[in-house]
Amino acid sequence: MSNGTPASPALPAKPANRSKDAAVSSVVEASSLVQGPNNIIAPTEMLGSQAIVRSLEELGVKDVFGLPGGAIMPTYDSLMDSTKINHILVRHEQGSGHAAQGYAMVTGEVGVCIATSGPGATNLVTAIADAHMDSVPMVAITGQVHSAFIGSDAFQEADIMGITMPITKHSFLVTKAEEIPQVLASAFHIASTGRPGPVLVDITKDAQQGKGMFSWPPKIDLPGYKIVVRGHNKQVREAAKLIAASSRPVFYVGGGVIKAHAANELKEFAELLGAPVVTTLQARGAFPDSHELHVGMPGMHGSVSAVTALQQSDLLITLGARFDDRVTGVLPTFAPHAKVIHADIDPAEISKNRTADIPIVGSVKEIIPELTEACRSLFAEQGAPDLSSWWTTIGRLRETYPIGFTETQDGLSAPQHVIQRIGELTGPEAVYVAGVGQHQMWAAQFIKYERPHSWLNSGGLGTMGYSVPAAMGAKVGNPDRVVWAIDGDGCFQMTNQELATCVINNIPIKVAIINNSSLGMVRQWQTLFYDSRYSNTDLNTGHGTARVPDFVKLADAYGCVGLRCERDEDIDATIQQALAINDRPVVIDFVVSRDSMVWPMVPTGVSNDLIQIARGMTPEWEEED
Amino acid sequence: MARHTLSVLVEDLPGVLTRVAGLFARRAFNIHSLAVGPTEIKGISRVTVVVDAEGDLLEQVTKQLNKLINVIKIVELMPEASVQRDHILVKVRADAATRLQVTQAADLFRASVVDVSTDSLIIEATGNAEKIHALLAVLEPFGIREIVQAGTLAVGRGSKSMSDRALRSASA
Repeated sequence: MSNGTPASPALPAKPANRSKDAAVSSVVEASSLVQGPNNIIAPTEMLGSQAIVRSLEELGVKDVFGLPGGAIMPTYDSLMDSTKINHILVRHEQGSGHAAQGYAMVTGEVGVCIATSGPGATNLVTAIADAHMDSVPMVAITGQVHSAFIGSDAFQEADIMGITMPITKHSFLVTKAEEIPQVLASAFHIASTGRPGPVLVDITKDAQQGKGMFSWPPKIDLPGYKIVVRGHNKQVREAAKLIAASSRPVFYVGGGVIKAHAANELKEFAELLGAPVVTTLQARGAFPDSHELHVGMPGMHGSVSAVTALQQSDLLITLGARFDDRVTGVLPTFAPHAKVIHADIDPAEISKNRTADIPIVGSVKEIIPELTEACRSLFAEQGAPDLSSWWTTIGRLRETYPIGFTETQDGLSAPQHVIQRIGELTGPEAVYVAGVGQHQMWAAQFIKYERPHSWLNSGGLGTMGYSVPAAMGAKVGNPDRVVWAIDGDGCFQMTNQELATCVINNIPIKVAIINNSSLGMVRQWQTLFYDSRYSNTDLNTGHGTARVPDFVKLADAYGCVGLRCERDEDIDATIQQALAINDRPVVIDFVVSRDSMVWPMVPTGVSNDLIQIARGMTPEWEEED
Repeated sequence: MARHTLSVLVEDLPGVLTRVAGLFARRAFNIHSLAVGPTEIKGISRVTVVVDAEGDLLEQVTKQLNKLINVIKIVELMPEASVQRDHILVKVRADAATRLQVTQAADLFRASVVDVSTDSLIIEATGNAEKIHALLAVLEPFGIREIVQAGTLAVGRGSKSMSDRALRSASA
């Protein structure tokens, strides 16, 4: 069983800017926008590098991930004197970025990664893009060449602000030491409020080496940054009316509910209405899988019940979700009979893909209780909607088409079974971090998530290699929880160098390599759509191959415990063995069949109505009454 | 697709224009014209952008622009409720034989001649897009050597100022 604390974190929402005129109040209330305890520090002269460290300390940062280089060396020198900040030296900057993401995802706090200029900064790009797509609060601090050399193609110079402009929520270039406190406080504020996202702070070497006055808290002055937190009253009332009048409502729950720490609020709302709840890939755990109202994950590899609930719904109660193409399939055919209530903190998501009938801009942390109360009073007047015939349909689908898998034909273990057992033997208090591909989908389908912040993956960008470093960051953020990296043999080879970081810094994650000796998801598509022509998807890591690399030997070389499991009868014992080891990372090479495929599946380019439960097999639909 | 004119108040900081232009490129929004300059308020610039977009797409353009941290305010200027002007410099072939005809044409459009040489003139004109087109059509037969055109400038009619509120919050 997991050693995690029994209760799920239900962190309070960030202090909200409740004023109706956010544009004005963001300045008036400026002092309170600074994160951390807001200690008053009188102006003191110090080096820019010291100001960076001091600002991070005052912002309440405890752990940072990074790797030094020329242009960030002054900061690393000052970092050596900090007793409050734990710096974890990664082996590749991409690892520091994903670690910061994992850290942010489990703690709800801003993740911090640090890199030098040029290649250090460009190595962060993938993680920054990933954080941008999945709305992860992250601050990336990069060194930059001396301001006098900017634009001269100096050694290790890269225009990282230009490079990351499309993939950051915002970015700053700092060329003077005295700007540092205000910029860092602003960066943390932007990263963590509204729709969270990555903020880049690029600091020239002379800004780090120069002296400037440091005082705290700095003033945050962002006249163009307005966040609406509370839902519009009238919209909430209109939404409640639609809900009361609906007969086939569905809660379409996205990652925003987890980011807003609104799982408890969602549960109360869902139970009041008693409607089916679907949780997207990013929202797994926002609502307990074991709850009778939960009908699964929607989308390309969603359950028949979840996909169909959306398709046949007459009202989507959309909370912190964004109608991603992996959820909707061919957009014009998605949930064709449904009206849409869309609550999101990012106004640009509303009616971007699907036009909302009732748009509600704000934090779901505020909107869900407002909606709950509005519905409660409306139901008291006119009764709650009768959903019994809706549940007859959904219940039948849920029973007839549960998520399942077929036995393998080649005598090797079924990957789904391995993942399912990891979840069952470890329990819902653990944190599960997937890479990208088949194993990611199976981990989303076959592990039961009961609490938010327990499932991490790269959903939007689909970054192979996310798992090991993100699991490392998650373990640093939640040291008392068991953290599993559910990884693929392809993904694992992209970022496994961070095992060294884990061993050296005593970060005992557990890595389950679901080793099918191939780039499995690509191979699945080759099987289905490319006439089984397996172009460049064979990785030679599995059963009957040269086994390059040998994952057990690799784990051993890194100082991890390396285990291999090749037979069904060994699966439980191997997992138990891994769970018993807590003094160093464990890497398990689960040798599995390469022919297992992810089902159900909605092929690209067709309507979600054409969901297949196995190759060429669509569910038998009941006639609509 | 219909043209819409947006006035965008932005913080006058390095890279802001890149952010605005980059957003249009990355989201595949079409810019027809773009003009940037300082305003009556120190620290705030105004971008006038004419976009080919309508309906949902125009709404997306506005919302995505609003997400940029340095963007303070966006207003769509309707043609009937605003003054919109294009500004152009045209170098036209004009020798002793044709010079008078060219200057007369310029006069008709209330355009000014700002440079004269033995075989050319530079004409400066301001007006709405239709007037500029008409002027160019008239000058065409003489031989146009160069055209330089600025982005459309636009301001709402009446006494209201779009920067009033932005001014208050930015300088508070």
